[in-house]
Amino acid sequence: MVPIAYYLILAAILFSIGVAAFLIKRNVITIFMSIELMLNAVNLTFVAFAHMWHQVSGQIFVFFVMVVAAAEAAVGLAIIIALFRTRQTLSVDQINLLKD
Amino acid sequence: MPHLSQFQTFLLLTIVKVVVVFVITLTAVAYTVLLERKFLGRMQNRWGPSRVGPFGLLQPLADGIKLFLKEDMMPLAVERPLFILAPVIALSCALISISVVPFGQQHLIGQTGVDAFQVANLNIGLLVILGITSVGVYGITLSGWSANNKYTLFGSLRSTAQMISYELALGLSLVGVVMRAGSLSLRDIVNSQSHYGMLSWNIFGGLQVVGFFVYMIAAYAETNRAPFDLAEAESEIIGYHVEYSSMKFAMFFMAEYANMITVSCVATLLFFGGAGSPFGHLFDHVFATGIISMILPVLWFVAKVFGFLLLYIWVRATLPRFRYDQLMGFGWKFLMPVAILNILATALWLAYRG
Amino acid sequence: MQLALFLIFGVLAVLAGLNLLAQRHPINSALSLIVVMLSLAVLYWSLGAEFLAAAQVIVYSGAIMVLFLFVIMLLNAGEEVRSKGSKVASLIGFPGAAAIFCVLSFAFLSERDKLGMTTLGGDLTGATSNITEISHVLFTSLLLPFEVTSILILVAILGAVVLARKEL
Repeated sequence: MVPIAYYLILAAILFSIGVAAFLIKRNVITIFMSIELMLNAVNLTFVAFAHMWHQVSGQIFVFFVMVVAAAEAAVGLAIIIALFRTRQTLSVDQINLLKD
Repeated sequence: MPHLSQFQTFLLLTIVKVVVVFVITLTAVAYTVLLERKFLGRMQNRWGPSRVGPFGLLQPLADGIKLFLKEDMMPLAVERPLFILAPVIALSCALISISVVPFGQQHLIGQTGVDAFQVANLNIGLLVILGITSVGVYGITLSGWSANNKYTLFGSLRSTAQMISYELALGLSLVGVVMRAGSLSLRDIVNSQSHYGMLSWNIFGGLQVVGFFVYMIAAYAETNRAPFDLAEAESEIIGYHVEYSSMKFAMFFMAEYANMITVSCVATLLFFGGAGSPFGHLFDHVFATGIISMILPVLWFVAKVFGFLLLYIWVRATLPRFRYDQLMGFGWKFLMPVAILNILATALWLAYRG
Repeated sequence: MQLALFLIFGVLAVLAGLNLLAQRHPINSALSLIVVMLSLAVLYWSLGAEFLAAAQVIVYSGAIMVLFLFVIMLLNAGEEVRSKGSKVASLIGFPGAAAIFCVLSFAFLSERDKLGMTTLGGDLTGATSNITEISHVLFTSLLLPFEVTSILILVAILGAVVLARKEL
C-alpha cells in the first residue's frame, strides 16, 4: 500500500529534473531528451490517477502521449540532423543565426 | 511446508525454478553450438568436432575453458563502463525472455499455486518477450560505439538498423495468432491450440502459415543469423564485436545462441501448439497417468524446439548471404506488407466466423 | 511488497534522472533516460497498467531511445562545453525547477488523504484484463482519435524523410 501522493511526488521530482535539464543543458539532443523525461513524468501522474479513479481513460491518454512522443521524436531528430548539416554544431549557444 | 508463509514458499519455489531454467538454458546454449558445428560439418561432408570426449561431446567444455583462460584484452581508448556493460546487456536480455516460456502442461505444485513448468505466467507474456528483445538491441549498439573504432561503429549501426526494421515485421506477424487466441498470455495461446492436436495448431488449423513464414524470416534477421548475418559475417565484414575478446566475446556468442533458443521456443508456442502433443488427446488413456503425463509434454516441447534449431542450421548451410540494401528492402517492402495483409485476412476471417 | 517496488524503482528513476542532468556526454544522458523509462515501466505495472508497461518498454526504450542513440552516434556528438549561457541558465534553472517541485509536492502532500492509497496490480472496473479494457475503449468510443493518430504518424514519417534528405 503506497499513497497515490508518493507516485505524484515522484512524478514531480522527475518533471523538475526535466525542467532543470531543459534549461541547463547546451546540447540540442540532450534538451530534446529532457522533454521526453517531462512527458514521462506526466505519464506517471496519468497512470496514478487512472489507478485512483479505477478508470481506463488515463491509461488511454498515456497511450496517445506515447504516440505523439514517437512522432515528435522522429520529426525533431530529423530537424536536428538538418540543423547539424548546415551549422556543423549541436550547441544551442552557437545556433543563433537569427540573432546576429 | 507449514512453517512458511504463502509468499515465502512462492519465493523459494520461484528461485529454484529460475536456477533450474537458467542452468538448463546455459547448457542448451553450449550444446547448440556443438550441434551447429557437428551438423554443419556433416552437411559440408566433414566430421565436425570429434576429438574431445566421445563424438566430441565435451567440446563445449573445452571451448568454455579456452575462452575463460584467454587474456581479456581491453583496448586503451574504449569507453570502459559501456564496453563492459554492452555484452552483459546482450546476454541478460537473451536469457531473461526464456522466463515467460511455458515448457510443459500447467502443473501446480501442491497447494501453492506455483506452476512447475513456467517461471512466470504473465498476462502480457508475448509483449514481454518483444520488449526484452527490443532492449537487447542496446547491447549491440553500445558495443559498437564504446569500442571507439569506426568499423565497429558502422557494424553496430548496420545491425541495429537491421534489428529494429525486422522487429516490426516480427511483431506484426504475431498479431494474427494473438487475435485467434484473444490473449497475450503464452499459456492461453498454447491452450487455444490444444483441442484437436495437430489440426488445431495455428500453422495448420489456424491458417497462420503466412504469419509463420514471416515470423521465421524476421526472427532469423532478428537473431543476426544466416542468411541475414551481416552483423558478424565471419571473414567478410567487420562486425560490432571485433574489439572484444575472451569472456566478453563469449557473452555475445552465448547471447546469439540463447536468442536462437528463445525464438525457437516462441515459434513452437505460437504456431506449433507449445507442449501439446500432435495427436491431441488421442492417446490420453495410455499416457495420462502419473509422471508420464507431466514429462511427455516437456519432451514434445523439447523435440519441437530441437527441430527449429536444426532448421536454423540447415538454413545457414544452404542459403547465401543477403546484400545490405536487399536485406532492408526485403524487410520493409515485402515482409511488412505481407504481415499486414495477414492481419487483415485473419481479422476478416475471424469476423466472418464469429 | 508494493512499497518495496515503489522505493527501489522510484529511487532508481530519480538517480538516473539526476545522472541525466549531471552527465556531459549525450550518450550517457540517453542511457540514464532509458533507465528512467524502464523503472517507470515497472511502476506502471505495479499500478495495474500492464499494457502501458509493455508499451513503455517497446515504444520508448525500444524505439524512441534507439533513434536518439542513432542520431548521437551518427552526428558523433561530443561532450558539451560549458558556456556563458549555461551559467546563466543554471542560475535560473535550478531555483526554477526547485520552485516547481516545491509547489507540486506541497499540493500533493496537502491533498494526500483525499488521493487515497494504491493496491498492487490495481483493480480497474470489472475482472477483464487491462488490455481488453483499453482496446475496447480505443476501438469503440475513441475510434476517431485513434485513426487520427495513425495519420499523425504518417505525416511525421513523411516530414522526417523530407527533413533528413541530403538537399533540403
